[in-house]
This record gives sequence, structure tokens and C-alpha cells, in this order.
Amino acid sequence: MSFAVFATAIISSMLINNVILMQFLGICPFLGVSKKSSSAVGMALAVMFVMVIASAVTYTLYDLVLHPYNIPYISTIAFILVIASLVQLVEIVIKKYSKSLYKGLGIYLPLITTNCAILGISEANITNIWSTTTPFGTGLFIAVSTAFGTALGFGLVIFAFSSIRERLDAANVPAAWKGVPISLVVAGIMSLAFFGLAGII
Amino acid sequence: MTKKENFLKGFIKENPIFVYLLGMCPALAVTATFETSLGMGLLVIFVLTSSNIVVSLFKNFIPQQVRTPSYIVIIATFVTVVRMMTDAYAPLLAEALGVFIPLIVVNCLILGRAESFASKNKVVDSAIDGFGMALGFTFGLISIGVIRELLATGGIMYGDYLPFFVDQPFELFTFDWIINLFVQDFSIRDYGLAMFALPPGAFIALAFILAYMQSRKNKKLRLEEEAKKQRIEELKKAALERKRQAAMKKAGEAS
Repeated sequence: MSFAVFATAIISSMLINNVILMQFLGICPFLGVSKKSSSAVGMALAVMFVMVIASAVTYTLYDLVLHPYNIPYISTIAFILVIASLVQLVEIVIKKYSKSLYKGLGIYLPLITTNCAILGISEANITNIWSTTTPFGTGLFIAVSTAFGTALGFGLVIFAFSSIRERLDAANVPAAWKGVPISLVVAGIMSLAFFGLAGII
Repeated sequence: MTKKENFLKGFIKENPIFVYLLGMCPALAVTATFETSLGMGLLVIFVLTSSNIVVSLFKNFIPQQVRTPSYIVIIATFVTVVRMMTDAYAPLLAEALGVFIPLIVVNCLILGRAESFASKNKVVDSAIDGFGMALGFTFGLISIGVIRELLATGGIMYGDYLPFFVDQPFELFTFDWIINLFVQDFSIRDYGLAMFALPPGAFIALAFILAYMQSRKNKKLRLEEEAKKQRIEELKKAALERKRQAAMKKAGEAS
């Protein structure tokens, strides 16, 4: 549980295996909520909040319940239910304790249940990190740092993309390319740029 | 809406990928080759058809307040079935699709169809709707997959991931067949655009397809507008003509 493990997990999941541009998870909010940079920041914060909690909970669930009782095949159903109820719970807690945070994140929280990045990272943590020999504490630490790095990468890309899109609204684009097609080209070029980061670890 | 219209609407008019932009994650992630797109499409066809049937069967028993979680559990059950079947019969496909098989659960298309169609309609209609929509989704996936694989390698392979009906991989189509008529010792593979097999190519290929769809839509709108203008012009002319004739008649009577 050293800092090096943490830093490696963060950099590799944030920059090298970027969740949107390399793994194609969470494309729906990427295209849907990126028209204004303020809403993109709100979405990114909500995703970070839920993703870290969700991956800690699902990893624990898999390690302490599903594996010992020999029912790992049920993980998809278990994970989606846990995430859906977790989002509701987080919403209630935030509403009770922090009105200002709720105002900022409130409208994005219900959307997160169907955000494939959350379930995708939970499943990927199990396939990539979990093994019968990894101690529970170490695995949980790596899983949570991966989730944190992934959420940072999500926020970075969605913020940059929304800023570009704001400028793009004023640009003179051919009629056929207006809207989603030109945004996808921008995303493709950003993805090419992120390819340059492959291999820095 | 007849049953045939219900079945066919998913292909072009309400295509989930090109018109509604639903299920974009698999549309970008698994379409590097024709075969993985076909495999993903087959899984979605099974899940969407069966989940629509079950949701439609249970629509009167599920309370309104908890319908979304109930639908998610129904969908997740079928996804688990599909996941185990793929692991057993097509392990290479399961490896290639990876995390995107469990992610069928959160595909907006499937939950959307359960919510907007299957929970309000009869079983047979829901089954047809689910099957048609999933076929439309598969059609979208395959068209992206074919374009990307042709640009990346110059041909289309079958048999790598889906080990059905064939013993070993073979080429369904390749540009070599045409080029080798004129030039010997030439392999298109050496000149493929490798970018299209990688993530950036996915975005750009989909952007080109969407731009084509949008230009078609714009053209249609423009033609409609022109036709409307022409009709108004004709009506105006006819009215003017009538007016003139009436005036002439009146003038004739007066004189």
C-alpha cells in the first residue's frame, strides 16, 4: 500500500487507459452533458463521488460474499442492484447534510445509474485486480485508486471536450456535420492525442 | 401500426444508433471488426427480445413505483444467461467483447424499449418490437464494423471469434481479388489504415456515417420545403386566375 502503487494506478487509469477515449465507457454522458462546461464539471464530480464508493462496495461484496459462497456468476445482477440503490442512498444523504452540494450534483445523480462507466469499472476491477491470492486490503486499495484515477480521467476529458464544444457552436461548420458528427471528429482527434501517452509507464 | 411496420421501423427510420444515438458505448467499442459487431448484435437480439417478452408478461404485476429496478433485474438475468453461454460456446468472442457483455445491462436501448414499449403493449407486439429494434441495432453495428475493417485491413474475415459453420478463419471479401487481376504480388493488408482498427478510428468512422445520415435528412427537408413552396405558388396562381376571370365576366356583364 505504498504511494508508488497509488500513483501508478492513477496515471495508468487516468491518462493511458482513459475511460472515454480508450475504453469507450460513459459515452452517453460524454455526448449528452457536454454542451456547457459548468454541467460537465457537475457531472464529472458526481461520477467521481459515485465511482469511488461504488467500486469500494462492489469489490468488498465480491471478495467477502460472492466468492466465499461460490456464486460469482451472479455478479452482474448484484452489482447493478448495489449501484442503483447506492446512488439513491447517496442522493438522500447529500440532500440531508449538504444543500449546496445537492444543488450542484442533484440532477446528475439519477443519470449515473445507467452510466456504463460505473458498472464497467466495477467489473473491470474484478477481472483485472481481484485474484484468490491478493489480500483483501491491497486489492481494495488498488481498486479504489483505479476508480479515483478513472474518474479524474473522465473529468479531464469531459471538461476539455465541453470547452471545445462551446467554441464549436460559434464555428462555421457544414450543415451535414453540425452537432454530433463534428463532435465525434473532435473526440477522435483527442483520442489520437491520448495515444501519444501510451507507454509512459 | 401494423406488425410489419412495427418490425421494420428499427432499421432506418428509428435506427437506435444512427437516429437516437442509443447504445453508443458498444457501437464504438466492439466494432473494430465485422465479426465482433455481429457477435455483439446476436447477444443484443437475444437479450432484447426475451426481456421485452418477460416485461410484457409481467406488466400487470409490477408496481409502478419500482418498475425500473424490476426491469433492470429482468434484463440482468438474461445478460447473465448470455454471458455464461458465450463463455461456454464462443470463448474467444467472450474475450474480445470483455466487459461489454455485462454492460448490455446498462444499454439504454434495452431499458428504453422495456419502459416505452413492452410495459404498455401485448406480448406478441413487444416480441416483434424487441426483435426488430435489436436487428436494427445489429445492422448499425455491422455497418460500422464493415467500414472499419475494410479501411483497416482491406478485407473482411470470418471465423476468428465466431467458430460456427467453419473450421478455420477465411476471408469473406478482400480487395486483393480485384487488384490481383491487374497486379501480381500485391497485398492490400500492407496498405491498410491501421488507425481505423484503433479507438480514434471508431469515433471518426461513426462521425462519417452520422454526417452522411444528416446530409440525407437535410436534403429531404430541403426537397420537402421546395415542394411546399411550389404548391403554394400554384395555388396562388390559380386563385389569381379565378379572380381575373371573375373580373372579366363582371366587366362583360357591365358592358
